Amino acid sequence: MEIFWFIIVALVLTIFFILDGYDFGTGIIHLFFAKTEKDKEVISKAAGLFWDSNEVWLVAAGGLLFMAFPTLYASAFSGFYLPLIIVLWLIIFRAIGLELRSQIDHPVWKTIWDKSFGVSSLLLTLFFGIALGNVARGVNLGGVENGVSAYEAHYFFLPLWNSSFSPSTTHPGVIDWFTIVIGIIAVITLAIHGANWIVLKTNASINTKLKSVVFNLNIALAVLTVFSVSIWHIIEPHPLDNYLEYPAFLIFPMVYFAGLTGTFFVKKFKKEVYAFVCSTLMIVGGITSTLATMFPTLLPSTNNINPDLTIYNTTTSEYGMSVAMPWMIIGIILIIIYFIIQKKLTAGKIDDMDYGH
Amino acid sequence: MEDMIFYDRLQFAFTITFHYIFPQLTMGLSLIIILFKGYYLKSNKEIYNDAAKFFMKIFAINFTMGVITGIPMEFQFGTNWAKFSELTGGIIGQTLAMEGTFSFFLESSFLALFIFGEKLMGQKLHFLTGFFVFLGSWASGYLILATNAWMQHPVGYEVLENGKFVLTHFSQLFSNPWLLPAFLHNQMASLVTSSFVVASIGAFYLLIKKHQEHGKLFLKTGVIIGLISSLLVAFPTGDLNAKNVAKYQPASFAAMEGIFETEEAGAEIVLIGQPNMVEKKLDNKIAVPNILSFLTYQEWDKQIIGMDHFTKDELPDNIPALYYSYHIMVGLGTIFIGIMGISMLFLYRKKLYNFKPLLWTILFLVPFPFIANITGWYTAELGRQPYLVYGLLKTVDGVSPTVSSGNTLFTLLGFVALYMLLGLLFLVLVGKTIYHGPQHEKH
Repeated sequence: MEIFWFIIVALVLTIFFILDGYDFGTGIIHLFFAKTEKDKEVISKAAGLFWDSNEVWLVAAGGLLFMAFPTLYASAFSGFYLPLIIVLWLIIFRAIGLELRSQIDHPVWKTIWDKSFGVSSLLLTLFFGIALGNVARGVNLGGVENGVSAYEAHYFFLPLWNSSFSPSTTHPGVIDWFTIVIGIIAVITLAIHGANWIVLKTNASINTKLKSVVFNLNIALAVLTVFSVSIWHIIEPHPLDNYLEYPAFLIFPMVYFAGLTGTFFVKKFKKEVYAFVCSTLMIVGGITSTLATMFPTLLPSTNNINPDLTIYNTTTSEYGMSVAMPWMIIGIILIIIYFIIQKKLTAGKIDDMDYGH
Repeated sequence: MEDMIFYDRLQFAFTITFHYIFPQLTMGLSLIIILFKGYYLKSNKEIYNDAAKFFMKIFAINFTMGVITGIPMEFQFGTNWAKFSELTGGIIGQTLAMEGTFSFFLESSFLALFIFGEKLMGQKLHFLTGFFVFLGSWASGYLILATNAWMQHPVGYEVLENGKFVLTHFSQLFSNPWLLPAFLHNQMASLVTSSFVVASIGAFYLLIKKHQEHGKLFLKTGVIIGLISSLLVAFPTGDLNAKNVAKYQPASFAAMEGIFETEEAGAEIVLIGQPNMVEKKLDNKIAVPNILSFLTYQEWDKQIIGMDHFTKDELPDNIPALYYSYHIMVGLGTIFIGIMGISMLFLYRKKLYNFKPLLWTILFLVPFPFIANITGWYTAELGRQPYLVYGLLKTVDGVSPTVSSGNTLFTLLGFVALYMLLGLLFLVLVGKTIYHGPQHEKH
């Protein structure tokens, strides 16, 4: 039962990163590569039409986490208080940027909201990557000071950073050099994903250029991936244990490498959708491989006194989880139906269509 | 601790008040939109289709604002109210997760279809997508109120040794006696808001002499629905709610009505008066004898328990705020019935469209249903204090144990600044849409 809900939450969260991932990515591309007004407009449309239906997945993931693993929800959300609130502000800023840009036809106005959209997309992606890094690294659960728990075993509070900037101290901050590396990986991954989305959904004049951008970013990503895997043991002494124990999990890193390899052929693809599929595989593989090394842990404890938060010690009652299972399955089927209908109606290139904007 | 709880409550109150402006309009508006669209299908007159599409534009802006301001609400359960989330997540998580999974997806998927898909789908399917948007937004309201109803009147639970609430009867979450009256009252109130907005836009067009045909239609529709919903808000839905409060939260009821001393032989209803917490009485009171007993129990001389019956611990912690919220809501509701009643009379005599004083009144009435709705929500929430889960979990015991008050104050200030910007943006966008008018929709 716990495993069912773990899979559901992980699934919804992964879908959120695939869907909102591309509109975060378009923001990053927009910030660095869009030069002409026409391109800027087309790119913000490629995100603007979809961001709110993508963000629904974030709300759903939050709700499901809240229901199935209330202790984890309470612990992580209050522990990562500051970064999460900053994420909220960035989400709001990004939305304002997208919704406002086309309202007044003046270059200064457009520049302000373009930057707001681009910068908040970049920072959001960085923060989500850092969050993933934090979850992998673990936190000082229970706020242990001198061998004594300051709070209950699963509560903690992290400052944004501490002076040593190192992941291996007893009190790491949210941002340290390890989580920054993961954050940068997230930024590059979603930039690739966003660029593929723009190429897929538009006829923008920079599309040819974006293909070489994707190629170059992919090289950087490959290097960083090797680097992050090689430093993995700093935060997790036996990083491969879980893969030895459950060899089936090896499928997740394989998915990631398939996507990563595929993206190198971005210029050769006859169909633009292949590139988008590759970056989707990277996201799916990246998130699932991280979760697989941790399973069944959800939030590791960096001290020896308080136990890790796992899918078993953070759940609600057996009855609660089982009664929610049937409605969740119906819900998922409905969501898939809505999703297919919606995608069918918005298929094709955006700039060829009249959306009345 | 005092500071912490104060800033946490202030932050939640501020963000939810701002958030609630948007769904209360979208819920009612979605119904009015499908009424327009349905009438267009029957009559085939373009003007109704224009109206449906025009209000869908306003709906879309509101929906976006609702999404943007709604995400912080969900986050805050975890960030600011971690202890509450941990203890009750297994129960209210059910209804909140259902809201995300069912209604929110329904609403957002079909909203996109309704806005972009008219040419692709044909009119009947277009109506259907509009209907699903309506269904999604009302289901959303239902599930949020199911969550709130559980906090007001907990059912179907068991408390474990470690203080955690666990669900024992899923179906009881939805057969909660608190839920249906609260839901219907809320939906009627949101219909009041949206019909007043529709009427007010109509009055505006007639006053500035632009889009006059549409203006007449909006005004007429707004007044008719406005009168019906204003009446339904008071009776039976408001009445049923008040009876529920009297039954399940007698201390809150006494505070709401301003009854300081138990009245054995029938209680009066207070129309005007200011609670004087030092002398424990109402200043400048105007009241009608025995009415409250009759309204509550249909017996003129039935006893109503006063605040003197309860210890300080059992009473709501801010009695004047609760009393004023309730009286502002009731007072405004009464005024709405009056003005919409008069407008209906003028409409019936075909004099409404040219009668400027009434047009101006309707135009400037627009903020007041929002105020009435928000004070109504405050009445429910202040009445529940000092509890988060009525009678079981105190508000002080629900905050995040590790987040200091300085952090909460910092984030509160951030939200205030950001929401000011959002509010301004909202007014500009809606103002622009209204100014362009419905005829702009024709291709």
